[in-house]
Amino acid sequence: MALAGQRDAPEPPDFGILKRLARDQLVYLLEQLPGRKDLFIEADLMSPLDRIANVSILKQHDVDKLYKVETRPGPGASDQFCFLVRPRVRTMRFIADIVNADKMSGRSRKYKIIFSPQKFYACEMVLEEEGVFGDVTCDEWSFYLLPLDEDIISMELPEFFRDYFLEGDHRWINPVARALQLLSSLYGPFGRTYGIGRCAKMSYELWRDLEEESESEGQGRKPEIGHVFLMDRDTDYVTALCSQVVYEGLVDDTFRIKCGSVDFGPDVTSSDKSIKVLLNSQDKVFSQIRNEHFSSVFGFLSQKSRNLQAQYDRRRGMDIKQMKDFVSQELKGLKQEHRLLSLHIGACESIMKKKTKQDFQETIKAEHSLLEGFDVRESTSFIEEHIDRQVSPVESLRLMCLLSITENGLIPKDYRSLKTQYLQSYGPEHLLTFHNLKRIGLLTEQSAGETLTAVESKVSKLVTDRAAGKITDAFNSLARKSNFRAISKKLGLIPRLDGKYDLKMPRDMAYVFGGAYVPLSCKIIEQVLERRSWQGLEEVVRLLNGNEFCVSALRRTALPGSPSTLSSPSSWGAAPSQKSRRCASWARSEGTSSSS
Amino acid sequence: MEWGLREDLRDCVVAAAPYGGPIALLRNSRRDKTPGARPLLEIYSASGLLLASVPWKSGSLVHLGWTAGEDLLCIQEDGTVLVYNIFCEFQRHFSMGNEVLQNRVLEAQVFHTEFGTGVAILTGALRFSLATNIEDLKLRRLPEVPGLQKPPPCWAVLAQDRVTMVLLAMGQELFLLDNTSCSVLVRPSGTGCTRPRSRQRAVVLAWERQLMVVGHASESIRFVLDEDSFLVPELDGVRILSRSSHEFLHEIPAPNPCCPVPAEASQEIFRIASMAPGALLLEAQKEYEKESQKADEYLREIREQQLLPEAVGQCIEAAGYEHEPDTQKSLLRAASFGKCFLDKFPPEGFVRMCQDLRVLNAVRDYQIGIPLTFTQYKQLTIEVLLDRLVLRRLYPLAIRISEFLRLPEMQGVSRILAHWACYKVQQKDKSDEEVAQAINQKLGDAAGISYSDIATRAYDCGRAELAIKVGWWPGGGDAGWHCHPRVTPPSPPGQLLEYEPRSGEQVPLLLKMKRSKLALGKAIESGDTDLVYTVVLHLKNELNRGSFFMTLQNQPVALSLYRQFCRHQERETLKDLYNQDDNHQELGNLHVLGGYSQRVSGRIEGRVAALQSALDEFYKAKNDFAAKATEEQIKLLRLQRHLQEELDKPYLDLSLHDTVATLILDGHHKRAEQLYRDFRIPDKRYWWLKINALATRGDWEEMEKFSKSKKSPIGYLPFVEVAVKHHNRYEAKKYTPRVGPEQRVRALVLVGCVGDTRGTPRGGGTSSGELEQAAEAALERRSEAELGLVLARCEPGPGGDGLAERLGRARAQLLRK
Repeated sequence: MALAGQRDAPEPPDFGILKRLARDQLVYLLEQLPGRKDLFIEADLMSPLDRIANVSILKQHDVDKLYKVETRPGPGASDQFCFLVRPRVRTMRFIADIVNADKMSGRSRKYKIIFSPQKFYACEMVLEEEGVFGDVTCDEWSFYLLPLDEDIISMELPEFFRDYFLEGDHRWINPVARALQLLSSLYGPFGRTYGIGRCAKMSYELWRDLEEESESEGQGRKPEIGHVFLMDRDTDYVTALCSQVVYEGLVDDTFRIKCGSVDFGPDVTSSDKSIKVLLNSQDKVFSQIRNEHFSSVFGFLSQKSRNLQAQYDRRRGMDIKQMKDFVSQELKGLKQEHRLLSLHIGACESIMKKKTKQDFQETIKAEHSLLEGFDVRESTSFIEEHIDRQVSPVESLRLMCLLSITENGLIPKDYRSLKTQYLQSYGPEHLLTFHNLKRIGLLTEQSAGETLTAVESKVSKLVTDRAAGKITDAFNSLARKSNFRAISKKLGLIPRLDGKYDLKMPRDMAYVFGGAYVPLSCKIIEQVLERRSWQGLEEVVRLLNGNEFCVSALRRTALPGSPSTLSSPSSWGAAPSQKSRRCASWARSEGTSSSS
Repeated sequence: MEWGLREDLRDCVVAAAPYGGPIALLRNSRRDKTPGARPLLEIYSASGLLLASVPWKSGSLVHLGWTAGEDLLCIQEDGTVLVYNIFCEFQRHFSMGNEVLQNRVLEAQVFHTEFGTGVAILTGALRFSLATNIEDLKLRRLPEVPGLQKPPPCWAVLAQDRVTMVLLAMGQELFLLDNTSCSVLVRPSGTGCTRPRSRQRAVVLAWERQLMVVGHASESIRFVLDEDSFLVPELDGVRILSRSSHEFLHEIPAPNPCCPVPAEASQEIFRIASMAPGALLLEAQKEYEKESQKADEYLREIREQQLLPEAVGQCIEAAGYEHEPDTQKSLLRAASFGKCFLDKFPPEGFVRMCQDLRVLNAVRDYQIGIPLTFTQYKQLTIEVLLDRLVLRRLYPLAIRISEFLRLPEMQGVSRILAHWACYKVQQKDKSDEEVAQAINQKLGDAAGISYSDIATRAYDCGRAELAIKVGWWPGGGDAGWHCHPRVTPPSPPGQLLEYEPRSGEQVPLLLKMKRSKLALGKAIESGDTDLVYTVVLHLKNELNRGSFFMTLQNQPVALSLYRQFCRHQERETLKDLYNQDDNHQELGNLHVLGGYSQRVSGRIEGRVAALQSALDEFYKAKNDFAAKATEEQIKLLRLQRHLQEELDKPYLDLSLHDTVATLILDGHHKRAEQLYRDFRIPDKRYWWLKINALATRGDWEEMEKFSKSKKSPIGYLPFVEVAVKHHNRYEAKKYTPRVGPEQRVRALVLVGCVGDTRGTPRGGGTSSGELEQAAEAALERRSEAELGLVLARCEPGPGGDGLAERLGRARAQLLRK
């Protein structure tokens, strides 16, 4: 199904524009500080920056030395410092320290801070409190969206999840709204916008306000983006908590894919240095295996290498002219493919090694029983053993959270004992980790708290706007009910199996989890797009705590969940495969798909 | 003139603004110099209607002048310049500097440059001082004029391209004074007001009862003036003001030779016996109205020369230069008549002229009193004209004009209405209620009005209540699903600022008005966290700590934002915050965080103290679990320090598990046992931990002893696994018999595979031996999965084949059942 969809899918819009825009703006900002300057870059902006402007572009615009934020400048530093940073209080203090140190030693320098994607007032406040506000100039680099591949864009905001869902800090909503504004200004108005979740709704509303204020003239443009789907991460934690079994997912698990590229270490490259590889659809080998179940990847790779060998072998028996053509036309491509192939085979081996060590099969089995909801006792003891044996701190937490969400919280005895075990294994500071997990409802205890969450969902039913936000905030600290079981039944997320699940020719989206589970978020998108509204999904929406909306571009006003009368000729595809990719930022929940 | 002036103009200080601007007059000031006199400063419209007056209370006035924005500059003898608006309302004042103050002002002039309005002063020391832009005051003192003994009879300021110079006459000579030097001009020429736009440059000079126009030509034109007059230079002529009349002297626009299209105008048409096509067309139309056939003759004549388009164009253009509506009409009628005989004559010019004339006639009305000529109007632009109308508070006319010209709302009606509202809120005689109502009614449906501007104005004149008043949205914050909440003005007048749809504008003003709590609410509603931060940090400085915290308590969004801020910037404040609402859980967490953010190396007192405080808080929070965990951690920390000192190995910062494991690894089994008991480590964990550590240490003997110490709570498969992991087949085999029947197959398979993976079998026996045993066990247990497990390990090869076959058969049999 996914494959069929992919074939029908229209050409995605040219997302390269986003990159070019960002680069031009950055160059402009750098030129605003003429002359040689040292550039301090925030650690988590390095990878995105690398995709936008490489070092030679920076050097072209008089960037002398590059520092990572948090490192002190050396003695030979320039007279001008430029800081390319996220709007964080911590970074502001670092900058203030540098400025103050210079002041103490009587050095005069020019300082310029470029905030990406936006400046926050709190930052200026800190600069003021540290007494350096007058010494620096501030600018904004409106770099909101980074195209990672031809069909995936990310906002690359690593702290979004923590800030919004844990701390209740809404400051990232504005950047999201601005990113939407950017998208619609570049690619025409969206055909239809759907969403679920409070954050999605607030972002949408803010975006709409922005559009109204700016009165953009993009209305008459041909829309390149058919549907926009905004979804809160907390609608679907389960999908993120399940072990990934497709190749790309496992590569991410093992090596961490950052901004669409990965560092393959010496054990993969079978040399003494690591190689940075861009993973996208340009990589011919990768694009064919990224969405395949890991079990079939090896087979594919060996087939591929045999083909490659056969192509190499063709050179035997060639005459001079043929050989010349071969060398000039094909050899380079073959060599390139050869290199990639050996890298991916190396990666596969590394993954295998790591996963065998961690009892991957057992873990998957436990996960599947958790999803299906049987043998919970056994899974619990598996988790306990997992912790006791110190297999992996993150994996253990992941399993615990999965258990909590699928079972609507842990029973008090398990809750205590698993936590105790975990603290004994990994140290007492994880007391805070558990507290945080409880606050966002990822790891909770079955208790009388349920009555309160019921009240909460009732309240948010009554008032479905920002005002409700305030109320829900009050409840934020309380565990929210996950209702996974009921939703799963309602949407058929656990495929009924007769016989073995055919991973080579999958029939549904569950293949991304080896046939055990259809990702909830993808299922919702599928259902809503089929209906072109939320109609008929009322029960699911209720279980997901509501806040859904559906707005078409032509009529700017629509009621939540109103039946749609508009039909725009647009098709949708390729999303399930996209969903299987793990992308660090929240932008993942923007299921943008395109229509012609 | 309406003003009924009795005094002689020459006894008054007079200033009239260009572009038909207002006239300022300080009566009798020249004659009556008694210090106690309170002359009246009056401002009239160009038609002599009194706009405003105020008794002049300040010092002795030397000169009056108008700025480009129609503000009145009153230059006093001491060099102070007072700025009044058109309604005699004092705006501000500035000084021309100490030098001027000391030497007094002898004469002054106000001049206009492309950058603004400037002031030039001749001081008592016969030196010139000037400021080229009063908005951006920079004083300049010009160099001395050599040989200047008395004030020059005539001087003027010339400005071109950022260079300002003073031209002055002294006796027979002319001097040009610039920044650095004073140069003598060789060729003397006339002084007065030149009008560069005119084709023939000319200077208009006025004596007591005589007016003279002098140009390049040898002869000059003289006019006799009936009364004392005052000349006002304009772009295209000269306004002549006197007690009873206000006249305009200008050159009649002549044919412009530069223009390729013969755009001949008034002169061509109205010249006696003119045969210009325009003149003929005018005649034709007149005859046509008289129903005379001559009309046709005239028309024919023009058409024969193919000059009809020019004729129409001339008539249209000439209409613009006429002041009498009747003449304008007849010219336009002629144009319209001529147009009938033309195909595809573009109508824009005609339409625009009609519109322009309508606007001009409207503002020329003596009630309005802005006698603009067409040229001036074009130079001034409609936007500026509207501004001037607004400045004179002629709001209805301005709105009519912008409606008539169909100007975009933002530039036209809305802007004017906003100005009106700003004026309205200053009317102190009306009650807040009344004003609010009035503003509501008028502004209700206009787009793009900045309500915050109006509110600022209201606040600035001390009407804070009103500022928040005027118009209350039904649920302003409820950003529901309607497009813009710009609905009909609701009946109970609410608050001005509520009308402002942009919170970014609203909030700062509310803060300024000290409505911080309201501002906080608005900021939160807007969803813009920057705004919330702005208010919160503002509140923090404004309120005392207690009430600041209380305010935050009621606003969760603001509270969580402030917490975020504190978390990074002021951790102590965060503690206070949690303290205030007795959030012991968070306080405890904070202490834990604090304890762990300080690195310990040998000294643990700080951390223990932090944990101790955390412990107290957790108890208060009734979080037994956290309390117990913390307590244990304190215990562990102390123990670890003890171990570290005694065994001289780093133990601090290890988890309990790792501590015990390290102890075993180092062979301190007794101590490990002690910890196991003290911390009540679950048996399972302890066994896992111990066998792993022992295997890592290679202490198989101890392991065996341990395995026999009591029945293993984790079974014996882990023993096998751990041995296999360390490739010790011998040890692995030792434990296989003790593995329970459920797991025996697995154990056997594991052992069987050690050799296979390592290549070099260790400890005797072939790998297939275990496999066979495994197969037997699996067959015995009739477990399909286990059979599969063994089968998967059966390598095709000598000895393996038979086994595989047998297993395959058995499995098939099992499946059949």
